[in-house]
Amino acid sequence: MLKVLFFARVREQLGCASVDVAWPETGLDLDALQAQLCREHGDEWREVLAQENMVRAVNQVVVAENRILCDGDEVAFFPPVTGG
Amino acid sequence: MTTADTMQLAFTVSVQEADFDIAQLQRSLLAGAAAEGAIATFTGYVRRDNENRQVEGLELEHYPGMTEASISAIIEQAAKRWPLLGACVVHRVGKLVPGDQIVWVGIASAHREAAFSACECIMDFLKTQAPFWKKEQSSGNGHWVEPREIDSTRAARWHEDTAE
Repeated sequence: MLKVLFFARVREQLGCASVDVAWPETGLDLDALQAQLCREHGDEWREVLAQENMVRAVNQVVVAENRILCDGDEVAFFPPVTGG
Repeated sequence: MTTADTMQLAFTVSVQEADFDIAQLQRSLLAGAAAEGAIATFTGYVRRDNENRQVEGLELEHYPGMTEASISAIIEQAAKRWPLLGACVVHRVGKLVPGDQIVWVGIASAHREAAFSACECIMDFLKTQAPFWKKEQSSGNGHWVEPREIDSTRAARWHEDTAE
């Protein structure tokens, strides 16, 4: 099982804070996970997740490129940060 | 490298809804670090005017777990660069109003150069790397604050300095 989290504007746009994704026996990488979420949830998700500046994190570390995922990973999608 | 060079730095990171007492934080930092020499601190407050908007309030969201981990990593990076004796970062989340304290960074070191530089560096990276998001209330509407170019530029300076 993968846990997928959404924060801030992305969470609001999707109307969703998190989804659980069953781990496929064939494995999954980050781009494939994103494509699968878009297939399952439709065009609205496709548009939101494809936004420019979208930040993706795997196990709470930001990743700039695609990445092989492992069962149990935590994936997050969020906009650029604005704390401080 | 000797073991003394890799001595563990005692630091604290807190992400909290509650307000904080700066004097108490500074006393704790001093006591925990057994610091003699210098403490540099930065306090951030919620602005009343932001880009010509009258701010009525802010709501701060964060990514629990990653927030604390990323701030800790930022402090550890700073500790490799400057001889720090102690560090403390407190960041508030939830609903805030103009004038509220939002962030506090305190750095203890034997000398002021390291304390000033590390404090500024940690604040610059916190703004560009720690997963916090501000939603601003103005004119009765809420909107997500956009990242500012200047913040990325300021954080990038520290990489340039490292490359020298």
